[in-house]
Amino acid sequence: MELNSKIPAGPLAEKWSNYKASQKLVNPANKRKLDIIVLGTGLAGASAAASFGEMGFNVKIFCIQDSPRRAHSIAAQGGINAAKNYQNDGDSIYRLFYDTIKGGDYRAREANVYRLAEVSNNIIDQCVAQGVPFARDYGGQLDNRSFGGAQVSRTFYARGQTGQQLLLGAYSSLSRQIKKGSVKLFTREEMMELVLIDGKARGVITRNLVTGAIERHAAHAVVLATGGYGNVYFLSTNAMSSNGSAAWRCFKKGAAFGNPSFVQIHPTCIPVHGDYQSKLTLMSESLRNDGRIWVPKKKEDAEALRAGKLKPTQIAEENRDYYLERRYPAFGNLVPRDVASRAAKERCDAGFGVNETGLAVFLDFESAIKRLGKDVIEARYGNLFQMYEKITNDNPYNTPMMIYPAIHYTMGGIWVDYELQTTVPYLFAAGEANFSDHGANRLGASALMQGLADGYFVLPYTIQNCLSHDIQIPRFSTDLPEFKEAEKSVKEKIDKLFSIQGKHSVDHFQRKLGNIMWEHVGMGRTKKSLEEGIQLIRKTREEFWKDVRITGSKDEFNPELEKALRTADNLELGELMAKDALLREESCGGHFREEHQTPEGEALRHDDKFMYVSCWEYKGEGQEPELHKEPLVYENIKIAQRNYKE
Amino acid sequence: MEKRGLNLTLKIWRQENAKTKGAFVTYPIQNISPDCSFLEMLDQLNEQLVDKIERPICFDHDCREGICGMCSLYINGRPHGNDTGITTCQLHMRRFKDGETIWIEPWRSKAFPIIKDLVVDRSAFDKVIQAGGYTSVNTGGAPDGNAIPIKKENADLAMDAAACIGCGACVAACKNGAAMLFVSAKVSQFALLPQGRVEAKERVSNMVREMDQLGFGNCTNTKACEAECPKEIKISNIARMNREYLISALQK
Ligand SMILES: Cc1cc2nc3c(=O)[nH]c(=O)nc-3n(C[C@H](O)[C@H](O)[C@H](O)COP(=O)(O)OP(=O)(O)OC[C@H]3O[C@@H](n4cnc5c(N)ncnc54)[C@H](O)[C@@H]3O)c2cc1C
Ligand code: SF4
Ligand code: FES
Repeated sequence: MELNSKIPAGPLAEKWSNYKASQKLVNPANKRKLDIIVLGTGLAGASAAASFGEMGFNVKIFCIQDSPRRAHSIAAQGGINAAKNYQNDGDSIYRLFYDTIKGGDYRAREANVYRLAEVSNNIIDQCVAQGVPFARDYGGQLDNRSFGGAQVSRTFYARGQTGQQLLLGAYSSLSRQIKKGSVKLFTREEMMELVLIDGKARGVITRNLVTGAIERHAAHAVVLATGGYGNVYFLSTNAMSSNGSAAWRCFKKGAAFGNPSFVQIHPTCIPVHGDYQSKLTLMSESLRNDGRIWVPKKKEDAEALRAGKLKPTQIAEENRDYYLERRYPAFGNLVPRDVASRAAKERCDAGFGVNETGLAVFLDFESAIKRLGKDVIEARYGNLFQMYEKITNDNPYNTPMMIYPAIHYTMGGIWVDYELQTTVPYLFAAGEANFSDHGANRLGASALMQGLADGYFVLPYTIQNCLSHDIQIPRFSTDLPEFKEAEKSVKEKIDKLFSIQGKHSVDHFQRKLGNIMWEHVGMGRTKKSLEEGIQLIRKTREEFWKDVRITGSKDEFNPELEKALRTADNLELGELMAKDALLREESCGGHFREEHQTPEGEALRHDDKFMYVSCWEYKGEGQEPELHKEPLVYENIKIAQRNYKE
Repeated sequence: MEKRGLNLTLKIWRQENAKTKGAFVTYPIQNISPDCSFLEMLDQLNEQLVDKIERPICFDHDCREGICGMCSLYINGRPHGNDTGITTCQLHMRRFKDGETIWIEPWRSKAFPIIKDLVVDRSAFDKVIQAGGYTSVNTGGAPDGNAIPIKKENADLAMDAAACIGCGACVAACKNGAAMLFVSAKVSQFALLPQGRVEAKERVSNMVREMDQLGFGNCTNTKACEAECPKEIKISNIARMNREYLISALQK
């Protein structure tokens, strides 16, 4: 496998302009003859498909939900970053670029990140033109807020529903193209397999989730925009249908998987409350702007809180430990997510956790309410407070919220070059599904930015460059043997799952895998935990294939089958994540190897050994995947130990 | 503090597919934690059904935090259950009493045919949006986001309308099966913003025409939609849409 990142020559700030100036184009008459499949209708998929349609390509777009508007992007709350510098607080493209590389703990590719920062401003303009109702100030200008990992205010937002509004913007543009006929929409239709012809991605096999029909779709190129794989952990902030399966199926067809172990744990989620729990709810990170995080200074107080004998409001100010403000005076409660998450775990592990399970810390608005008034806090966070109360039955105006870290985002994903093309030619990956841009840790409000950058402003150029070679290539017939073969393998897999008729539900296995992942491949990882984790995952995988029970039939609407197919993939993907974490004998960003920390407990990178992207190549059933390395070269940024203290 | 579990009787609508007839089936369920969500209660029932090799109940859901608009149950005669300003996935079992019987049905409306059990087809909503729920701008070339100032008040009102999650509760709640609240929310969002004004007339007439053709009923001002909307979309949006529609019709 050859890894060529195809970074254009020239100074950093000119690379993207140079690329665009010299790339190949496809004329309008030829565009009509070229077909593109887009998998996923989240920010990345919807924006890409709408743009391709406007340009004149023929597009087919797929999603699992009943409408494109329901992609998981809809749930993003906090905001989207851009380097507009409307607040005149010293922001710039370079600063956004720098913050993103630093926030990612120096494990992202400079050229891609710079381009991301560069197009960030266009995204805001585009969305405003689409009628996205961003928050405005009294002068009618766009408003901003600040987010973790940055000292400037560069986050644009639409109340607590930024992802929803951005997705609805992309969805409207997509709808316009659907009406025009340039995009054909397939809802409740899941990608099952990638089809290669002469080693190039030329189609997919899908399953119609209503009828169970297995279908073939051909195209000149395929875009994977199916989101992240956080649900390998079972409990996460992701939507129930979010999955890494589409990416995993591409991996098994030759697409390298980059940094699979890099997952983000979000510090502000509602703590777990019972075995029946199906997902974890995120409380927007923006709450850290005004909320202060603390646990009691005294263990007795923590114990009394856990036993329900003491109320948080009864603990005097001097007996509270605002540990983030104590440890990181410069950033305080606004340190990046990985730092905040680990600090919470550290306090809870040390016995200072504050709820029944001992796995929670306080997020307190008392001083903000005193300083700004209840009205201001209500205007800023009213809907979040209400949501919290609905779930927990506690009123955050009167008593501090309780929060704990949860799996939230996957920085790892399918490896892509500068053009967002994977190691399978004509297969592109965008949004959370690819590995690019965020290194070992993603900053808040940067995923929405990346998804839309990929879809609106990068792929429309790069896919053209690629397809310019194909203007002579006629449409592919789905009767080709490659399609038959792929369809057969999908049907066999489904039949095999049904033939087991074991004793346990799919959820039983996914929950079990999730526990293993959280305990062994979670926030704090060690050689021992990872090695054990790999054994346990393998064992669970064997049990699954012997003992899973799927009710109903394959020719009908059958969510049990959908889940089973995803869990089968998760049981493989989880192992690769653990292997990758085992290999990386350092701590960086969200990947924390307990053996590698500074005396103060901060992540300790080993740049001499690990300044690379780990890219895994599939070698066949039962074979060990092969590791390839893409070295990361920093020409513009001075590498430093990440420091949020000063 | 040990919380007592609830014992409940569930009467759930089961229907094989669009072509077959459905019926209520009774399922007793025990020891449900008051802290779990309504859908987590159904998850537990489904897990028990799988254990007994019976077919689990199909229902739509995804985000489980009230934003994707996928969940859609009619619970004890109310869309999204007996609470205001929430979706089914945000309904918690602490709102029910021990020993209660709970009736669970799908959305019932001509424009939303049943797919299976509690799952319905809401693609008609997508078609209404395709008829005009957008501004006709292509990617690239948009002016600076601050080039046209927008009054905060209008931006806020547009946001209120744009908060619609497309769940369909308004249609399900309406005895006429009207989609006015949903359509007017989209029309209003754009009508309130300068970017949307450009095509305001065409938009409203195209969207209303599409809505009528898709089999949604007429609005007779019962306000049931507003009462059941999980995002508290106001019926003042319907008045705004009617105004917009009138202007567009008069100027044709
Ligand atoms: C609760 C929450 C809050 C967040 N808040 C923020 C925030 O404030 N700011 C920020 O920048 N980021 C935020 N994020 C992260 C961000 O929302 C996501 O990373 C981003 O939206 C992912 O977009 P996407 O387009 O890559 O994928 P998604 O939006 O996940 O879309 C995936 C699409 O792929 C489809 N799909 C999946 N598998 C298949 C298949 N096999 N076949 C066919 N289709 C398939 C799905 O149906 C869906 O349409 C948040 C995430 C969560 C969970
Ligand atoms: S208007 Fe309210 S009830 Fe109707 S679809 Fe929108 S959110 Fe749902
Ligand atoms: S599942 Fe998303 S709104 Fe209920």
